[in-house]
Amino acid sequence: MTPGGGGPMKDCEYSQISTHSSSPMESPHKKKKIAARRKWEVFPGRNKFFCNGRIMMARQTGVFYLTLVLILVTSGLFFAFDCPYLAMKITPAIPVVGGILFFFVMGTLLRTSFSDPGVLPRATPDEAADLERQIGNAEDIANGTSSGGYRPPPRTREVIINGQTVKLKYCFTCKIFRPPRASHCSLCDNCVERFDHHCPWVGNCVGKRNYRFFYMFILSLSFLTVFIFAFVITHVILRSQQTGFLNALKDSPASVLEAVVCFFSVWSIVGLSGFHTYLISSNQTTNEDIKGSWSNKRGKENYNPYSYGNIITNCCAALCGPISPSLIDRRGFIQPDTPQPAAPTNGITMYGATQSQSNMAAATPLLQSEPSLTSEELPLPGKTTLGTPCATLSLGQPTPPSSMPNLTSETVLTDMIPLKEDHDGHQFLTPEEAPSPPGMLSTGSPITHSHTLHVLSLASQDSLHEDSVRGLVKLSSV
Amino acid sequence: MEGHNLQELRRSASLATKVFVQRDYSDGTICQFQTKFPPELDSRIERQLFEETVKTLNNFYAEAEKIGGSSYLEGCLACATAYFIFLCMETHYEKVLKKISRYIQEQNEKIFAPRGLLLTDPVERGMRVIEISIYEDRCSSGSASSGSSSSSGSSSGGGGGAGGR
Repeated sequence: MTPGGGGPMKDCEYSQISTHSSSPMESPHKKKKIAARRKWEVFPGRNKFFCNGRIMMARQTGVFYLTLVLILVTSGLFFAFDCPYLAMKITPAIPVVGGILFFFVMGTLLRTSFSDPGVLPRATPDEAADLERQIGNAEDIANGTSSGGYRPPPRTREVIINGQTVKLKYCFTCKIFRPPRASHCSLCDNCVERFDHHCPWVGNCVGKRNYRFFYMFILSLSFLTVFIFAFVITHVILRSQQTGFLNALKDSPASVLEAVVCFFSVWSIVGLSGFHTYLISSNQTTNEDIKGSWSNKRGKENYNPYSYGNIITNCCAALCGPISPSLIDRRGFIQPDTPQPAAPTNGITMYGATQSQSNMAAATPLLQSEPSLTSEELPLPGKTTLGTPCATLSLGQPTPPSSMPNLTSETVLTDMIPLKEDHDGHQFLTPEEAPSPPGMLSTGSPITHSHTLHVLSLASQDSLHEDSVRGLVKLSSV
Repeated sequence: MEGHNLQELRRSASLATKVFVQRDYSDGTICQFQTKFPPELDSRIERQLFEETVKTLNNFYAEAEKIGGSSYLEGCLACATAYFIFLCMETHYEKVLKKISRYIQEQNEKIFAPRGLLLTDPVERGMRVIEISIYEDRCSSGSASSGSSSSSGSSSGGGGGAGGR
């Protein structure tokens, strides 16, 4: 066994640490047991995984099922009740086109909901320690030069991109400096690249990797909604020419339901498509647009450094650009042989294979170090009041796509108020689609849940941190 | 064989420290790493070799993320097939990533391992950093004799507790 690792092991990880001197009988068996675990099982974010890691969604998926039901039921009714009449009377191309649209909508919806939006894996302990050291050094310098007053530690870095100064913020949860345009989703507890928003309707964040699917989804859904609405109306009109309006309605009651659903959906979905078309053509994210990061109102010199200059290039880049692969490797097996840094002071030089970095990352929810984090993560009172502006916006559309009054209880709309974000230094961004009312409200959230988690974990994080430095990492709870 | 030597390096030498080369965001969100030479590597590797490695990596990533005719074609084809084509085909990005990992393996074997260093593929670190592990030769009590580390390691058979050599 490893020197210093003797005694009854609570965790199988210890036998893996000794790659060369452990007893051959014990470790293969335990290695096999651990090797069967895939990385998604120890993923630190608040995500749900299905199909052995192939499918990744946010934790709250209720609204997604609602979306599915709405689309399936409405389309189903359309194909069952309206299409036969229309195919006979007008042309059979109608159900065909409808079918194609329907499959496209479902395909893009599932693709948006099930794929990794561009989650950034959390920093390994070595990286985090290295960054902390750098920040600490800079902090010493800052505090040293300040005259008596306390300056907050420099948790931001500034980069000049295309002539614009962009601030990179340090994420306390993930222990990284967020790349530009990345943001931390408080619902999923992940940093997401090119974070657009968290959409409860698709049950996932919308970020770099699934933005085009999301856009295709809302675009095709608007076509489908308009298509169904138009042909339902046509159907009712044609029937009422024969049998009178009321009889037509009696003959096909499903049409009424479809018309109602479509009528109320059309405004929101088409509005949303228009909004995102604008965003794509100007190469902005919903996040940036809501915060007004690149608007002229902030200053004459303010412009979007990521825009390619013309609309066509922006569109092509967003929709047809290369898709980067998922960085979190959900289905990979946890590797037992990644070496850990030696702690020469103990005389124990190699702890070699604790589990892989992803397991270390799994421990990081317990390693959230900043006390200020708890205050940042609290659902600020201001948030609930933000629900009301949205409620007023939605008055025109009381039907399913905008069941907002139910959703406003604990909604996180922090980024409606740009000032808050600067104050926090830790973004949790579930911005709402302001221009298109019912849009994307995040459902009442585990924010309070996360608050208790942070409070509980603060006490243990110091000892954990020490332990990890010595290489004695206990990851059994994960 | 060469890969086996790398494993031996990991086992026989002890990991002294890790250096992280951070991303360079000055050109936007494209994947680029800073070519600034970390001071900890000063005694281990020539500046030029290191910078060349990082520059080559940057070029690879630029190639992967290039927006041009072929990427548009791929994007449109994928959209037309409702993205089912990715079940059978690898994306261009993934192909380049494979090239990158082969390149890093090669660099490790030829240049870095003989100097007691090991590059970790950035993809394993979420494309945030290039992690360079600096190994001390455990058998030669702290002195950084990079050339002999792998050979002495293999001869001692992964020497655990090979105190008196």
